[in-house]
Amino acid sequence: MSAGFATGPAAQASVPVPRTAAAARRGGTLRAGRGRRGLSVRVEGRGLAVCAGLLAALVAVAALSLATGDYPLSVPDVLRTLVGRGEPADEFIVVGLRLPRVVTALLVGLALGMAGAVFQLVTRNPLGSPDVIGFTSGAVTGALVVLLVLGGGSTATALGALSGGALTAALVYLLAARGGVQGYRLILVGIGLSAVLQAANEYLLTRARLEEAQAAQVWILGSLNGRGWEQALPLGAGLAVLVPVALLAGRSLTMLDLGDDAARALGVDVDRTRLLVLAVAVAMTALAAVAAGPIAFVALAAPQVARRLTGAVGAGLVAAGLTGALLLLVSDFAAQRVFAPTQLPVGVMTGAVGGLYMAYLLLTQWRRGRG
Amino acid sequence: MPTSTSAPPPAAAPATRGGPPTGRRRLARPAVLLLALALLVVAAVLSLAVGSREVPLGTVVEALRGGAAGSQDALVVRELRVPRTLLGIVVGVALGLSGALMQALTRNPLADPGLLGVNSGAAAAMVTAVGVLGLTSRLQLVWAAMLGAAVVAVVVYLLGASGRGGATPVRLALAGTAVSAALYAYTSAQVLLDARTFDRFRFWRVGSLAGHDVAVFWQMLPFFAVGTALALTQARALNALALGEDSGRALGAHLTRTRVLTALAVTLLCGAATAAAGPIAFVGLAVPHLVRALTGPDQRWVLPLSCVAAPTLLLLGDVLGRVVVRPGELEVSIVTALLGAPVLVALVRRRRLAQL
Repeated sequence: MSAGFATGPAAQASVPVPRTAAAARRGGTLRAGRGRRGLSVRVEGRGLAVCAGLLAALVAVAALSLATGDYPLSVPDVLRTLVGRGEPADEFIVVGLRLPRVVTALLVGLALGMAGAVFQLVTRNPLGSPDVIGFTSGAVTGALVVLLVLGGGSTATALGALSGGALTAALVYLLAARGGVQGYRLILVGIGLSAVLQAANEYLLTRARLEEAQAAQVWILGSLNGRGWEQALPLGAGLAVLVPVALLAGRSLTMLDLGDDAARALGVDVDRTRLLVLAVAVAMTALAAVAAGPIAFVALAAPQVARRLTGAVGAGLVAAGLTGALLLLVSDFAAQRVFAPTQLPVGVMTGAVGGLYMAYLLLTQWRRGRG
Repeated sequence: MPTSTSAPPPAAAPATRGGPPTGRRRLARPAVLLLALALLVVAAVLSLAVGSREVPLGTVVEALRGGAAGSQDALVVRELRVPRTLLGIVVGVALGLSGALMQALTRNPLADPGLLGVNSGAAAAMVTAVGVLGLTSRLQLVWAAMLGAAVVAVVVYLLGASGRGGATPVRLALAGTAVSAALYAYTSAQVLLDARTFDRFRFWRVGSLAGHDVAVFWQMLPFFAVGTALALTQARALNALALGEDSGRALGAHLTRTRVLTALAVTLLCGAATAAAGPIAFVGLAVPHLVRALTGPDQRWVLPLSCVAAPTLLLLGDVLGRVVVRPGELEVSIVTALLGAPVLVALVRRRRLAQL
């Protein structure tokens, strides 16, 4: 196995803005393996820098989240506790209570950001998100049926959401499939099915007793309150399988962005790739929804924000995932602290943080004439 | 890949250059419009006659003429069903038109009339009016929602239009999404922190034509009228815009003017509809897709037909909602989604798709 780093002007066909020669020279190609079957990943300077910056920000916010709260700790104390040399009381607070919540937020954000990027690429629509395939409305319906009709607990709710979402996604895919799924048809079928499910959701919410409806509303918004290792660990295990698959498929996905015919000409099995990445993205969304509920807006905003930060076109799955993780971590920090002691569901804050930041980003970038 | 139905199908008879693709479609479009109009009339009559109290058609006509003054039937028709039917018609027209305009403006099939932030603005104003200001009267809430919708639509448009290229489709869509998300957060927080607001809000959010005073109809009518007139004048320019910015400009379309006027029409129409009846999302989103599957992408047909088909769907949904769970009612938005979605899915599966 030989790995080499070759710099040189790498051709990237889907760049809409003319690039300067200097910008092109900053890119490079990372190769592993020999011959045509080897693996090569195009690495771009600015993308790498942005990802590094996102990672640094993630670590900073995570440290802050671990240190603050009703029982404030200093950051060195937190670090000492994390490596196993802290006080027992500190250890209970940091490792037992705060760390699983931070890890869950990170992973949920990562999953949603990557899933959103996949959906936006497959549908070739900047408004694309797992909502498009009806997963979210189906999950809400499943959860509402369990919460309001059957009266189940939190495990049953998660299970109901999972089956509702998965059933809906499968149904949308089957209804939209006509010898391969085309993005446009997928969107329209998704709209139709989502509308039916949303009608059912509204019906359930208006017919329920007020207190029950309010509890259900908290679940719909998505919350990380009281999440522990029992949520974080399965989520982490699932993502450990799904993320590599998504990253591998992401390379063909970038070529899908050129259009079906061009991608076929480049040797991509268009229909199989699409089915594979959609399945992976839906599975990621499902894991996130089981852990925290259907948190709005992360899947939609993270890829758009990441794209504007990196200036790259195409997949950018890593950047989108990291942006999603940061967005959720910051939102959860705000949800816990801004209205303390009232603990808002994190789903309230993702809209505020993400929406305002996206508006700011759009405004400043458009002023500079980019976009 | 089908890109547009206006491409002649291979088996079609040789079409004359520049004319509509097939003779069949050219004949069909006026027929479709007439049929839709007839359906709308039927739906309106049904809406006057059917409900938890069945009123014979003869009595309906008599009541409309001002006769049968003392009877209970006449009272129900004049005081309850006439305002409800009138409101259903204008709200339907507004939703259908604003949906078609929004999809044409952003060239995005996912664009619903609320994308400019109209619905989220109305919702935010609604919870503020109930939770913070303590307003309760229905008319006050209607005006609060209208005000919120208008303010937010202006903010979204300005945000989308800042920068060099003007309000391009993607920028508008993203600006609308960003602002809506922030407002959604505000609305959710208000609703979570106050049970009374949540109770009011959950019923408002469903969207319903029931229980409105005729005053709501009269006070919102100017918005509907101006919005409709404005919308119908934009068909030609939107057709040119559909070819892309450069081709549109080359064809003589005035990009900025078309965008501003279209956005204004959407705000007036969707704002008034949401203020009067709550956010009835599906009608505005789906009707233009249904219509486009029948007529092709020409806005000169899509807009008028949406204008007729949407109120038909809304009124039929409303009538059905009064009948299915008698003596209770099912909200119109729920019924329209249940009615319209299977039709949409079936059309999408069968037809060659007319894309935007």
